[in-house]
This record gives sequence, structure tokens and C-alpha cells, in this order.
Amino acid sequence: MTDLPQFHAAKWDEPVVMEMGRPGGRGQHFPAPEAEVSEAVGADLIPAAMARKDRPELPEITEFEAQRHYLHLSQMTLGMMGISLFGTCTMKYNSKTAEFATLRPELAEVHPYQHPETLQGVLEIMHDFDGILRSLSGMDQFVFQAGGGANAAYTMACVARAYWQDRGKLGERTEMVTSIQAHPCNPATAAAAGFKVVNLPLEENGYPSLDALKAAVSERTALIMLNNPDDMGIYNPEIKEWVKAAKEVGALCFYDHANFNGVMGKLSARELGFDACMFMLHKTFGAPKAGGGPAVGAFGCSDELAPYLPTPVVVKSGDGYALDDDRPKSMGKIREFWGNVPQVVKAYAWARAMGAEGIDLASDISVVANNYMDKRLSEIEGLARSNPGVSAHRMEMTRWSLEPIAQETGVGTVDFANRMADYGIDPWWMSHEPWIVAEPFTPEAGELWSKEDIDMWIDVVAKICEEARSDPEMVKTAPHNQAIAQVKGDAFEDPSKWAMTWRAWKRKSGEADTARGAA
Amino acid sequence: MASDMRAHPWMANSAPGVIDEMLAAIGAASVKEVFEQIPEDHFRKTPLDLPPALTSEMELRRDLVSKLKKNLSCEDNLSFLGAGVWQHHVPAVVDEIVGRTEFATNVWGSYQSDHGRNQTWFEFSSQLGALLNLDVVQLPVYSWGCAIGHAMRMAARITGRSKVLVPAFSDPERLSVIRTYCQPMEMQTRIEVVEVAADPTSGRLDLGDLADKLGEDVAAVYFENPAYLGTIETGAAEIAKMARAAGVETVVGVDPLSLGVMTAPGDYGADIVTGPVQPLGVHMHCGGGAGGFIASRDEERYVRAYNGFLVSVVETREPGQLGFGLACPHQNSYGMRENGNDWTGNSTYLWAIAGAVYMSLLGPEGFRELGQLIVSRARYAAKLLGEVPGVRIVWPDTTFKEFVVNFDDTGKTVAEVNDALRARGIFGGKDLSGEGLGLGQSALYCVTEVHTANDIRRLADTMKEILA
Repeated sequence: MTDLPQFHAAKWDEPVVMEMGRPGGRGQHFPAPEAEVSEAVGADLIPAAMARKDRPELPEITEFEAQRHYLHLSQMTLGMMGISLFGTCTMKYNSKTAEFATLRPELAEVHPYQHPETLQGVLEIMHDFDGILRSLSGMDQFVFQAGGGANAAYTMACVARAYWQDRGKLGERTEMVTSIQAHPCNPATAAAAGFKVVNLPLEENGYPSLDALKAAVSERTALIMLNNPDDMGIYNPEIKEWVKAAKEVGALCFYDHANFNGVMGKLSARELGFDACMFMLHKTFGAPKAGGGPAVGAFGCSDELAPYLPTPVVVKSGDGYALDDDRPKSMGKIREFWGNVPQVVKAYAWARAMGAEGIDLASDISVVANNYMDKRLSEIEGLARSNPGVSAHRMEMTRWSLEPIAQETGVGTVDFANRMADYGIDPWWMSHEPWIVAEPFTPEAGELWSKEDIDMWIDVVAKICEEARSDPEMVKTAPHNQAIAQVKGDAFEDPSKWAMTWRAWKRKSGEADTARGAA
Repeated sequence: MASDMRAHPWMANSAPGVIDEMLAAIGAASVKEVFEQIPEDHFRKTPLDLPPALTSEMELRRDLVSKLKKNLSCEDNLSFLGAGVWQHHVPAVVDEIVGRTEFATNVWGSYQSDHGRNQTWFEFSSQLGALLNLDVVQLPVYSWGCAIGHAMRMAARITGRSKVLVPAFSDPERLSVIRTYCQPMEMQTRIEVVEVAADPTSGRLDLGDLADKLGEDVAAVYFENPAYLGTIETGAAEIAKMARAAGVETVVGVDPLSLGVMTAPGDYGADIVTGPVQPLGVHMHCGGGAGGFIASRDEERYVRAYNGFLVSVVETREPGQLGFGLACPHQNSYGMRENGNDWTGNSTYLWAIAGAVYMSLLGPEGFRELGQLIVSRARYAAKLLGEVPGVRIVWPDTTFKEFVVNFDDTGKTVAEVNDALRARGIFGGKDLSGEGLGLGQSALYCVTEVHTANDIRRLADTMKEILA
């Protein structure tokens, strides 16, 4: 075992910004209106009924104090600056080259309603990136409006609505069929779009049976939504038969390509028969996650579904590029404007920097590294691999369980996650709901992390297993080397205690009791 | 793996020999073997057809920058475009903080490992709550239109009713998103969207028409303050009162930059408040700066109806220490899949960080000065443009930062005016002529703190020149 790092997170005891400052303190000035302006328009321009009378209770701090406060808070954020094998999220290097390019005024200070003649550069990049995704998926058209993977799933549900409405059958095609193991966004967005959700249970081999699917799909099925491989690392080898069975009843087939990293360059969604798919650009394509967006779910589909896409669509027009808004069968808008454009540019940059050969190699590395990790984790006593009956090599991630050691010591996956950070290792991803596997964790190495990083990560897991046996209380009260101690969860479901703003906290806790340090 | 390929700068394990080392450790003879789950006939037959790789940073940078430079920016031109994304000053410290790698790359962590981000999120909600005079602010959703869509669905959940009222003068872009969220008529769970007429003399909601449409089947009435066409809704308290009497939720949309000078919506009876986060220190990013907030009073029936992330301040195991985590996590789609409230997922949380920094820099006096400056310069622009022969300001003296300019008497269309302006380095206002608002050849002009008196005179003088 390698030497584990002696780590302690930055700990600034930073006050909440609402407690900082002094009356009259200033962090930004704005000029007074020019004399010609105030002489022409006068004062008191807001109608009396709408003129604000109270002074908003905001902090009054200097520019430096704001900078220092938020730098301290950034330092108390591990981000992925430890080792983050955060499964289902495919942690990648986020290129600063791409980041800095998008901060230039030629993109940051650009308005989406500018005349397309003034937007040729960004339209060219979006058009070229559409081409790259078409090649990777076999689809005929991509759009980028969706602000994340879940929003792309919602786009699919709304495109399906428009497709069935156009055929006069929306009242009959009322169901969406998926697996109980699909990401929650698939059933949730289909339900929010108005469809009834049919969840298929898993069999011993890790995926629902083809017979169950055949029994579930009918003239009522509007669409099916599937991911493959799943978060256990299991690939459904009957996927072509699934698509065929769904198409036999006329249903649309959506491939949630959230787990694309292990199959990129290897599979084509269109060749497998799917009508549409989505890629997460903030995940597989190297754009930063930013703690949950701005993100992009790139949605691609066949020519048959393209008329129903949200508008606008970027098109080549003569020597230049244009925005096509004249699409009468469109489902309408999924979100304002054309998407999180800087993230699209960053994803384009990732694809260009990798190239076809790099992308193919990255999926090789992802799957090899995960199997290397599986091998080493299997040598640690107290851990169990999900679906023990499936002996084949898993794909780019594997779901594991701490059930044996949790039964032995009482230390579970939340405790482990909290404790990992004490070694400067990013807490792991456990599992989406429902927790089919007890005390789950889901590591994913991807192509970023070195073999040394992976070894270190596994050594920390092994070390915490030792600690769970020798000093379970210490692990259950972790972390001990972080900016703050373990957060108490009792307020989260208690209306008398939860406080989503400082106003609410002061009201509920009693202001006098909370006097703490100020800047 | 092609053996002649250099190790890639973004892939440690592409260095020579590492893959073989791992294969040896797992006892696999080849890379192909680890893909054994995928049937042979599933592998793609069409080879990838991608542009050549740019593995050197300098080539990549050259490609990106040379393409982006084909754009014309609002920094090098004088722009009066708004309508959902607006040009405002972004303090340098905001750019520094949102560019911090820890904030850009974090994914989730634990409440302790990523404490600083969670505190920043809470400070976003706390400061926005102080501007709105409301106790609950959710982390932002994808956009303002999406925030309104969720707010409408919240109102429907709270009231058990399935009709919502929106202004006839709505932004078509946001209205289209709202209609998407409310579902087509064929769906059993649809929410009907009904328009309330505008008072043509003021652009405000027609309260007579509103009274006719409020009823026991209505879940919510929505209006904006300032509204899409820039007008200030002076009847806000009256609308909220009428709604309450009918058991209807009042959903409002506000521009957060107006709140240093305009009444907080929490003070005129708004139940659920939405708005854009982009004005709070986020660049326009070609529309990629969009984000939308949702806020309400701290009543359980509202809190239980939210779809996304509610960050609560809580105690830790160390007495006197505060930490932050998610309240009511089981009601969203992560907790309850299709039975959760709508859905959540990746959103625009980096912009919550931008907003937190921005609001802390401005403080109460900054917001007041900013509001004064915006409304003064916008009114000045309206006044100067209104003096150009043939140009008419549709609702003068009732607006905040946007206003409607009508060109009917100039004999020119908005498109012609904007083409002429663009040739002179000016991006004219958004063309409203195709939006079915009955406003003829009109454009929506946006003037903010970034426009000096000089800029405004340049616009008016140029307008005189091209319309002469």
C-alpha cells in the first residue's frame, strides 16, 4: 500500500456574508446619471406605488472583502481537486484553453438576438459540432437547448408529444416504458410531460427481460427510454431486440447515452435502431460540471423526428450559417435561446483535441481501468460487487456494495464518503434511487485518472475498511480534517428548523443566539 | 490503441505500457476482451468521420479563437438588445470567483468536502431573499421561462386546479416554454394557459378582463414587474388581492436589478416569485448566461411543492458551527423518480455563485444607485428617440430599462432600421413586428448602466440620420 496523504482541508471559520461588513460599507460604485440625463428626465422615476421604501438587508463590504470571502469559500471546496472517481458523472479534465476562449468578448459579450451575420463564428462551431455528434451517433440532427441530461430527456418526451400529436394519436399514446434502473430523469421528465410511466423490474442478469418489455409495450406506448450500459456496468445484449419490439408497436426509442464513455467510438445509436439519443456535454465531452450547470444535454434524432425539435436549429445556408426558426411542427421551446453556448464550444474543443483516435482510446482506457479497479476492490475484504452472478468484465463503471462490512461494523456508505475526504479524496457517488444494491458505491475512473490515482483511491478505501473495524465510531463521526464537522440532518425535513435564507435562520434561531464573528 | 500515438495530454494512462500493465493485472489478453459483454454485431460498422485532431494546445486555441473572432460583440458595437438576456456590467471579482477551478469542476462531494460551495449557494439565496423580501429561494433552474413553468406547476399542485392566466403581452420565448411545461390539451395532466388582455393605454394588465377570468378553476395568475415590454405594473398589489380573494396563487416575474428602487414582490402579495439570474453578474454568453430563480414565503405548502434544490443552513456536530445541506431532498426526482415534483438535474448553479458575489459587492446602496442609473438613462434614451421625426415611444414614462419604439410613421420597417444601424456599429432593439402584439413596426429597446449619455446621443443622432 502506498503512503496515504496527510491532509487537512482549508478551515477559515468563514462567517456567512450576511454577518459581514459595516453600515455604509461599499464594494461597487455606480456613477450618478450625467447632468444632461437628470435634467431631461428628473428624479423619482418609479411610480410611487412601486417605489421601494425599505433598504434591502444586504451586506455592506468592500470589494476586497468580497474577493477574500469567496476565495476562502472556494478553498473550502474540494471540487475534483482530490481524486474523484465519481461514478455516473465521468470526471474529466476541463480544458482551460477552451474556458479562456469562451470568456473572450467575442462570445461572452454576444447576444443571441444579434443578426446572424454577426454570429457566424459561433454558428460555425455549433454546426461543426453537430457534425461530430452525428458521426458519433448516426443521428441526422442535433440541438443544444437542453440545459442538462434531464432536460434532454424532457426534450425527448416533448418531441414524442409533438410526433404523436401530429398523427392525431396523442390521446392514445399515453405511456412511456423504461427500466427501474434507468436514471430518475427519464421517468420523471416523461411524467412531467404528461406520460404514464411503466417501470420494468430487473432479472438476475442485471437487466429486464425481453419478454417483460414485450408484455409492457402496446398501442398505448408513446416511447421507450433506455440507458445502456447501466450504472452497474452491465450491457444489455438484447438491446437490438428491445428496439425491434418497441418499433413493432410503433413506439419511439430513445437512447440515454449518459454512460457513453465506455462505448464512444464503438457503438452508433442509429445503427442499433434508436430514433434519438442524448449526450451530456458537461460529462462525456469535457465541459465543466460547475456544481450542477450550466450544462448541456445535446439531443439528436433521425430525420423523421427532426421536424418536431425545439427551435431554433443551426443550419448551413450558402456560404454561411443561419438559425432556422420556421419549423411549423416544432414542439416549441424547451428553454429560451439556443442553449448554454459556451459549454457547446468547450465540448467542441474537447472533441477536436481528442480526435477520432483519442476518443476510441479513451473508451478503451475507461473500460480497462474500471476492470483494473474491480480486480483490486475485489481483493478487499468486506466489499461485494453488484450482480455477483455476472462474471463478465464490466463496462466503464461498476456498482459495488459495502453490505458485508456494514453488517460487520455498522459503518455504511455515507460514513465512508464522509471519511474519504479526510484523505483529500473526493467523496464517492453512491447510487440513484432506488437503492437496489445495499450500501452502494459506484466508482468510475474514465480516461483522466492515472493508474497511480486509482491505486491511491483504492488504498484509501482499504484503509477506511480497517478503520471501520478498529474504530467504527471515528468513521461514523467523520470527517475530522475538513472545513467543518459532520452536518446534522435533523433540520432538513423539519419546517420549524429548515432555513433556506439568512432571514429565515434569524427568525427561527433567534438573532441574539447567533451573534458570531464579522468581517 | 495505435502504437505510434503520443501519450495524450489529457489521458495519463495513454502513456506507453500502462494499458498493458492493467490488462496483465486483470489477466486479460487484449483490450477487446474487456468489451466481451457487447455482441459482435452491435459494434459500429460506419467508421468515425471526425475532423483532424488538434492535440496541441496552440493549434486548438488558434482554431477556437479564429472562429470566435468572426462574431461581432456588444463590446465592439453599441447594442440595445435585451428581452431575456441583457448587457450589464460584470464586476471583475465575479469573473475571478466563477473561474475558480474548484467552483468550475466540482460535482457534488459531501456537505463537508464541498462546504464552501454550499455556503456560497446559501448566500445566493439569502441575498436574493433580502432583495425579494421572501424567506425561501431555490437554487436556480435552467432559465426564467423554466422557472415560470415550474412555478405554474407548483401553483397547480398547491391549489389542485389546472388553469393559469398569463399576460397577452408576454415574451413569446418565455410563453412558449410555459406552454411546453403546461402540456398540450390532449394530456390528462395538462394545465390550460389563458391570456389576460392588456390595457392598451399603459401596457399593464386589464384588471376588468382579469376579474372576468379569475375563478375557482384558476391555479395562478402570472405577471411581470417590470413586464416584457418594459412597463411597470403599478396594480401589482390589487392583482394579488383579487387573486387571493379567488383562491388563486399570484406568480410574479421580476428583474432583480430593479429591486434597489422597486418594491419587493414579497411586500405586495406575491406568492411565488420568479426571475432571471443573468443580470446578477453573468455575461450574456450568447444566451448561455440564462438561469431562473423561484422564491416564496416559508410556508410548508410552498416548500413541499418545489422541484429542485433547497439549501438550508444547519448545525454541525461542533457546537456553534454552521453547515449547509439540502432540505426536503426526497420530494424531487432524485428521491422519488416519476412521483417527485416535476424533475431536477444539472441546472445553472455556477450562476448562483456569480449572483452571490455580485450581490455582496453591490450591497443596498449599490442596488439603489444601479436602479436609479438604469431607469434614468433608459428614460433619457426614450426621450431622445421620441424626438426623432416619425419615431414614437409607445408607453413613455412608465418603464424601467426596456421600452417600445414604434417606427410606423417613418415608412421603414424595424428590419430596415436595424440593418442601417448595424452598418453603423449599432445593434438596434428586438424586432416585435412579427410577434402578433398589434404594435405595428415596433422594436424593444434596452438601455442599462453600460450605456452612457454619449452612447444614447449617438443612437438618437444615428437614428435621425438614417430616417432622414
